[in-house]
Amino acid sequence: MANVFRPRADLWLRQIAAFAVLASVGGTAALYYYGPPEYTRVGYAPLQPTAFSHELHAGQIGMSCLYCHSNVEESPHAMVPPTATCLNCHNQVRANSPLLAEIREAGKTGRAVAWERVHKTPDYVYFNHSVHVKRGVGCVSCHGKVNEMPIIRHDQPLSMGWCLECHRNPEFALRPPSEATNLDWSPPVGQTQVEVGLHIKQQLAVNPPQTCAGCHR
Amino acid sequence: MRNVVLLFVVAALLTAAALGVRGRVSENRPLMLVPDMDFQPRVDAQSESEFFADGRSMRTPPAGTVPFGGGDYASDAGAPTPNADMLAGDESYYQGKKNGKFVENFPLALDIALIERGRERFNIYCAVCHGGAGMGNGITTKRGLVGVPNYHDERLRKLPVGEIYSAITNGKGQMASYAAQVAPRDRWAIVAYVRALQRSGHAALGDVPVAFRGELEKTKTDDVKPAPAAKAAPDTKKSASEKNP
Repeated sequence: MANVFRPRADLWLRQIAAFAVLASVGGTAALYYYGPPEYTRVGYAPLQPTAFSHELHAGQIGMSCLYCHSNVEESPHAMVPPTATCLNCHNQVRANSPLLAEIREAGKTGRAVAWERVHKTPDYVYFNHSVHVKRGVGCVSCHGKVNEMPIIRHDQPLSMGWCLECHRNPEFALRPPSEATNLDWSPPVGQTQVEVGLHIKQQLAVNPPQTCAGCHR
Repeated sequence: MRNVVLLFVVAALLTAAALGVRGRVSENRPLMLVPDMDFQPRVDAQSESEFFADGRSMRTPPAGTVPFGGGDYASDAGAPTPNADMLAGDESYYQGKKNGKFVENFPLALDIALIERGRERFNIYCAVCHGGAGMGNGITTKRGLVGVPNYHDERLRKLPVGEIYSAITNGKGQMASYAAQVAPRDRWAIVAYVRALQRSGHAALGDVPVAFRGELEKTKTDDVKPAPAAKAAPDTKKSASEKNP
């Protein structure tokens, strides 16, 4: 009986084995790098029905986040403002600009503007904006420097591990609640972020839940 | 063996070229690798609905709807705080009017905390047009908004507090209603702060606490412009709270 495997088969076997090892290592690495929201979500910057610029409104003009997102201190949901809020100023300012046609139309007809949602936690996450803002987690901690974004962009991963990092060590993010909407806030001269954070943590009895039921019900 | 390594490197480079790096700006919706229950068949705040003709899942309550159970609901957090006057029957507090006339006195107790709250809310909602000191020179006026009055005009200084409250609640002229953005108590806080601003615009040196006088006298010789709100505030708050018990 002739040999089943020719001498070359040995080389093939080794090559296949080596490729399998390399491919599984590479595949795992790719999954770690490309799988999490750090890759899938961060940088998401959809086109909006009207080219609203946070950089202009919150940055150059210096409007407070609360002017439009006025419920964020009271509500779990940081609302997208009604069209009426846009028209508070834009009934006069740039009142004939073609860029604002959609807003004027919506204001006239009462139709909703189909803003594209950027930040979305899964439906089994019960995130509450008001408790975070009132305890001194600034907008910038989760949304980034919105006042420098002409097009709003997903800045932080909002993954569970990312949430837990802060829930374990809130002092790295806490600031005086009065500065929550100040996107350019930095600790006062002579104090570090951790010092300020620990002080706020103690003062407001901040004790973020690390149990499942804290965020999942 | 060299071929295997080469193949691997080529595959890795192709993957990297196709997928890029983390944080890459993209218009495409995030990829959901495992979308288990991420999107549940339920109604979320401000979500879309195929059921209702206007496409909104949130409904507007019929006119005259009152909260059930005698509570003020802190927005959709659903945490009721007791409110004995849940039907908003107190005309002077909720409308700024009594028997069809604007009230002259505040229908709630004034203290420094309320005026501080008023300052904070004023700077968020009002200062963009009315300006930090109420001079009618907010940033929007430099971008085409016209007709913003100066709080320090004789006519506006004489307005009853109820009329200022009503302007916030119902809007006035070109100004739309801010009732949706500012709750009734905050509206009164803003009115109190507006009164403090008006007082500061016509204050004499004698009204300023002694500790702050030196600072003012220093700037006296310079081109005198009304102090910005942040500076005027420490002196004005006291006088306003004294004036309106």
